[in-house]
Amino acid sequence: MKSFSELKEYQNEISEKKKNNQKIDDKPEIIIGMGTCGIAAGAKKIRNAVVDVVKEKNLDVKITETGCIGMCEKEPLMDIKMPGMERVTYGEIEESDVKRIINKHVFEKKIVKEFAIARILE
Amino acid sequence: MKEYTAIKELPYYEELDFYKKQKRIVLQNCGLIDPEKIDDYIEKKGYQAAAKAITQMKSKEIIEEVKKSGLRGRGGGGFPTGLKWQFAKDAEGEKKYIVCNADEGDPGAFMDRSLLEGDPHKLLEGMMIAAYAIDADEGYIYVRAEYPLAIRRLKKAISQAEELGLLGENIFGTEFNFKIHIKEGAGAFVCGEETALMASIEGKRGTPTSRPPYPAQSGLWGKPTNINNVETYANIPFIIDNGAEEFNKFGTENSSGTKVFALTGKIKNTGLVEVPMGLSLRDIIYDIGGGITDDKGFKAVQTGGPSGGCIPAEQLDLKIDYDSLKEIGAMMGSGGMVVMDEDTCMVDVARFFLTFTQSESCGKCTPCRLGTKRMLEILERITEGEGKKGDIEKLEQLGKVIKEASLCGLGQTAPNPVLTTIKYFRDEYEAHINDKKCPAGQCDALKGSYVIDEDHCIGCGQCKTVCPADAITGKKQKAHTIDPEACISCGACAEVCPVNAISN
Amino acid sequence: MDKIELSKVDTILDDHRGKKDSLITVLQKSQNELGYLSKDTQKYIADEMKIPYSKLYGVVTFYSQFHQKPRGKYIVRVCEGTACHVRGGDKVLEALKDELGVDRGETTKDLLFTLEPVACLGACGLAPVVMINDESYGRMTPESIVEVINEYRNKN
Repeated sequence: MKSFSELKEYQNEISEKKKNNQKIDDKPEIIIGMGTCGIAAGAKKIRNAVVDVVKEKNLDVKITETGCIGMCEKEPLMDIKMPGMERVTYGEIEESDVKRIINKHVFEKKIVKEFAIARILE
Repeated sequence: MKEYTAIKELPYYEELDFYKKQKRIVLQNCGLIDPEKIDDYIEKKGYQAAAKAITQMKSKEIIEEVKKSGLRGRGGGGFPTGLKWQFAKDAEGEKKYIVCNADEGDPGAFMDRSLLEGDPHKLLEGMMIAAYAIDADEGYIYVRAEYPLAIRRLKKAISQAEELGLLGENIFGTEFNFKIHIKEGAGAFVCGEETALMASIEGKRGTPTSRPPYPAQSGLWGKPTNINNVETYANIPFIIDNGAEEFNKFGTENSSGTKVFALTGKIKNTGLVEVPMGLSLRDIIYDIGGGITDDKGFKAVQTGGPSGGCIPAEQLDLKIDYDSLKEIGAMMGSGGMVVMDEDTCMVDVARFFLTFTQSESCGKCTPCRLGTKRMLEILERITEGEGKKGDIEKLEQLGKVIKEASLCGLGQTAPNPVLTTIKYFRDEYEAHINDKKCPAGQCDALKGSYVIDEDHCIGCGQCKTVCPADAITGKKQKAHTIDPEACISCGACAEVCPVNAISN
Repeated sequence: MDKIELSKVDTILDDHRGKKDSLITVLQKSQNELGYLSKDTQKYIADEMKIPYSKLYGVVTFYSQFHQKPRGKYIVRVCEGTACHVRGGDKVLEALKDELGVDRGETTKDLLFTLEPVACLGACGLAPVVMINDESYGRMTPESIVEVINEYRNKN
């Protein structure tokens, strides 16, 4: 970074890229909370289950990670962000719940009430 | 109840009880961005404050802004951050250092870990601004080795920032150079104390030294050094970006901004919360935390880790900031908040904390090394039913001396849990000593023998099988009885009883 | 020390020779390679770094992370922090003692497990917590920790 304006330009580039990506490939994103608390509650198993479902259904989705949002009690947490829809957080899930949540949310855009905690204002 | 719902039926985060009263400045990005991607951080206006500070502000202006914000050290002491920076800036020397204390050792505290794991770039940005303000060109982050994930993410963040030229030489095209190193702690609680921490970075035994000289004059390798905690640095980008005035909108007169607390223990919603200073304990424990697990009664909340105090129910409406906590004998500390219910024995809690500080005492100064040992002996005696008249007074006296005469923060605060539990729960101490009873039923030696309620006993015989002392007799299908002479009060029978007919 | 160990320590020392502040880093890396710091290893490092052995010994004994005896393949760290304490961490520790047949700080005879209570692992939201090497396990009970231990046993 050679100057303040270069940072600004870079910042704009990222936002533009994100917007364009959303327009072009419309990929759903599955985000898993992978702080120490999340991992201690079994987040790694959840991520493996997500990978399995994605492979099995041949889904075109992005799988990413995030840190701790503070609700340790509800770990492990998994967010799903569909193109054109707000990001939704699911909590206290087990490996066996992953398939159903993805099926309903990604394919039918329905929220699985049992695990849904909140949506994120973007 | 329907199994599925439409998205518009879901509440927003801000509408959940857990988040309603929170104000997230430090944790703004935690749980939302990918901590391993610098682009995610930059998109959220990351490094903009650093760019502003380095290209548009003089170091004097930055320090003034931080002073005006009223930011105080979030590691526990509460010393004004701007003033600390001023001392380091004014100190003479070609070479200066920035140090970040990430040696989060208080049992019950994990805010630094969450921040390092969830948004490491925020810390780097805060350190950059501090370095520019005091003319330092090198920084160290001292992290506990028990936090492997935090260390990994920090290392990644540093190399990403270096790649983009945000760390290194001629940052933003100016003459400012800055590099950051990571030092892993090796397991010594006392290294959270700033002089001990610096000794440890230098590769020595981590024992504290007496101050003055303060680190600002003679710190790392004898050079002027500014040392702050993770959360303190993480507040800086907001202050520079939005101005001190905006920051001052949150908090109380003498404690501005927010504080991150780790809410744990017997509370429904355990977790990490960031609230404006001045919120009451009741707000935090009941509104945000959802109250006590199993709807039991609240007994006390322990703040400030092993250096803090136990706050009783009478003080639940206390508006918390640095000064109010100090007034009642507790302290902010790093922000651990452990909630205890009616089943917790306060004498045992005091013993628990003192066991910790006693074993972590580095041994350099006598009041701490010997004083905590003697206090612990008395507490152990009391919990084992061997308490004597005069023990409480002796604890108070020892506590006072240790607080006054110890060399560093560890010793100066070690007696706090004991002194506050005596102050607010003296009757529990007296019950242990005079009546040989533990009102909470936690101290094994003071538990009476167990009794079976004959009306409820179904005669299943499970208690008889597990009893290690063979103290239980009775025929199948008939009520059983426990021989009080033989009973060792282990409680194994009460644990297996399917109808909860056994109690002590 | 045998030749292989010597060469491992030498590789670590190469990056740090002449830098006295690197002592703790050198000790940490050597311990990671060798599992523990024997007297021979300590003396060798002291000589190579031109630090009095007494000083190095002082550092090794000061920090709880350094070990002078062989340790197990898996380090089982049981959190004894406040949150774990009030949520029954002591029962988990007892269960581990029984299951492994060792006391605090000891290593099983097969050199598989070392039981090491620690002050706080900082995952208090999921108390009681146990960490095995770098892997964290939350919401443990005396029963579930035994299952976890068996998973590790089956790996060997």
